[in-house]
Amino acid sequence: MSLALEQLLNGLQFGVMIFLLAAGLTLVFGIMGVINLAHGSIYMLGAFVAASVAGTGAPFVVAVLAGAAAAGLAGIAIELVVIRRLYARHHLDQVLATFALILIANDGVSMIWGKTPLNMAVPAALSPAVTLGGFIYPAYRLVLIAAGILIAAALYVLISRTRLGMLIRAGATHRETVAALGVDISRLNTVVFALGAVLAGTAGALLAPILAVQVGMGEQILILTFVAIIVGGLGSIRGAFAGALLVGVVDTLGRAYIPVILKPIAKPEIADSLGGGLSAVAIYVLMAIVLVWKPRGLFPVGPR
Amino acid sequence: MRIVARASLAALLTLSMAGSSAFAADPAPLKIGMITTLSTAGGYLGEDMRDGFQLAIDEEHGKLGGVPVQVVVEDDGLKPANGKLIADKFRIQDKIDVFTGIIYSNVALAVVPGLVESGAFYLSPNAGPSQLAGKGCNKNFFVVSWQNDTPHEATGQYAQYLGLKKMVVVAPNYTTGKDAVAGFKRTFHGEIAEEIYTALDQTDYSAELARIRAANADGIFYFLPGGLGINFLKQFTQAGLKKTMKVVLPEFSLESHVVAAVGNAAEGLYGTAHWLKDLPYAANKKFVSEFIKKYHREPTPYASQGYDTAKLLASGLRAVNGDVSKADAFRAALRKADFQSTRGAFKFGPNQFPIQDWYSARVVRDAKTGKLVIRGVGKIMAQAGDVYSNACKL
Repeated sequence: MSLALEQLLNGLQFGVMIFLLAAGLTLVFGIMGVINLAHGSIYMLGAFVAASVAGTGAPFVVAVLAGAAAAGLAGIAIELVVIRRLYARHHLDQVLATFALILIANDGVSMIWGKTPLNMAVPAALSPAVTLGGFIYPAYRLVLIAAGILIAAALYVLISRTRLGMLIRAGATHRETVAALGVDISRLNTVVFALGAVLAGTAGALLAPILAVQVGMGEQILILTFVAIIVGGLGSIRGAFAGALLVGVVDTLGRAYIPVILKPIAKPEIADSLGGGLSAVAIYVLMAIVLVWKPRGLFPVGPR
Repeated sequence: MRIVARASLAALLTLSMAGSSAFAADPAPLKIGMITTLSTAGGYLGEDMRDGFQLAIDEEHGKLGGVPVQVVVEDDGLKPANGKLIADKFRIQDKIDVFTGIIYSNVALAVVPGLVESGAFYLSPNAGPSQLAGKGCNKNFFVVSWQNDTPHEATGQYAQYLGLKKMVVVAPNYTTGKDAVAGFKRTFHGEIAEEIYTALDQTDYSAELARIRAANADGIFYFLPGGLGINFLKQFTQAGLKKTMKVVLPEFSLESHVVAAVGNAAEGLYGTAHWLKDLPYAANKKFVSEFIKKYHREPTPYASQGYDTAKLLASGLRAVNGDVSKADAFRAALRKADFQSTRGAFKFGPNQFPIQDWYSARVVRDAKTGKLVIRGVGKIMAQAGDVYSNACKL
């Protein structure tokens, strides 16, 4: 029983981690209509900056803030130089341009930091594993869950209770109307893109202590992030949250239980590798089911 | 004044022309085609191998075995199709006869058979797939690193030696991962409590870690190259599992890059290796100090493999004075493995894969510097070859 609870908590933790990335990605797509493949590169930048700042002996919080800030600045620069020219273009052009950004970012990062992965330690106060009613859990992962939920709540307040949030929501559904009412849409775009970048950078910085900080780390997680926002409904923060948690839990439980379920049925050597294969496709099966049932995702936004 | 100036100019011109014609009389340097992985997350492996190879050339001031050489390097991006394209270009367009460099076995399997069947020589600094070790061996294919199974056999042997009774094994769900597990099981005879296969692009291992904890084993073996292993080890340590289980690793997961990237999580790890920084051989001491002096970083096994590959090539080139068209003489010279390897005694088995010693090692804190270092403990397998060599008919 406690093992099942532990796996559920693992799923929640993984989902929250995906959400941090998915929130920014879905904002940018929902409001600006841009498919930004370079989102993972911004996440990578956040991780690299945080790890380097932490490497100089700076406190953990400072390192995370530095990572987020660097990502935000990079986001503003990317929006002004590249993305701004792509709003009116076809999605394929956007994919091409932002894919180029991935290549540039990967080479740029390996020029500055080298190809060897960096280390960022978990802050000493959070490094021990704690006992939670029957199982042991890394304290830092609990902090990640808390941070993710906190950020989700803050985003909810920002989107549904503030003037900026109102503009973002209005911009997502009635872009021309908002512009006609005298809102500077292009500044709104920069702000939204920067916000997405800050979220991605924060995710990178927070995850740096548990992952290998290395070139290409962005692409690894980007696919899961896309699955999450497609399941949740493109452009919806609520959808991104639900989609990310669903993907996190299904992926984790799949990896935890599919091999166990197969064991009594198939020969051990087949069960182990088949289980590994099946759990790897579990989230795509989830995506297919959701899309058959709700073609626009769980929480669709925008005009029908 | 003017005349003097003209005369001296003419003299200079003549001199420089004489210089250039003397230079032209020298044969053009022998080209070596290096196809390797320099981009992607596995890029640092190829980078280290390339730098080790270049170091051996620099020692001879641009020569190997007294023969001027020029290394032409291209990045395969870890894609077999890319590797094949580069190989065809090198072979057909640039007429290169000697090749090396490939890190990953999937690339090697796409590139090597075509090259060696066309009469070219291939000296592998890393990949040693089983498909090319048994029936598929070739007289022009030499492996300087190891057969892919051997690092895992050595690790199984070490786990056995450490007295571990019940192990969990973890590997990515692809051919090389399964070969690793098979190699480990060949020499470890205790119980395998759980056999876990992960995705190649996986970043989060919490589900697997919970399964590992529930398995109640006394040790773990994993083959998760590069970043995968870094992610896994960080999370394994944070979950508090290192207190209850011994971690026994093949050298891919226990080299200086990995130790630097996981920090304190590396302390106390057990591992095996065919090369270690502190091996007491003269060739190794020279290699380690020169490598650090030139590149300002710690050498890895990959760097030593690149260096040894260049040294092997040097021995072959010296024997034929750089004329690799004397294929039989060149091959016979390579087969002798007449060079001082960084890892001590080295010879080729019947399939031209290495027969060499394997060492056990541990990550400990250096008393003087306070830094974590990989320190050799002993020898775990002496003059070991591979299980496929019997099937090879050369």
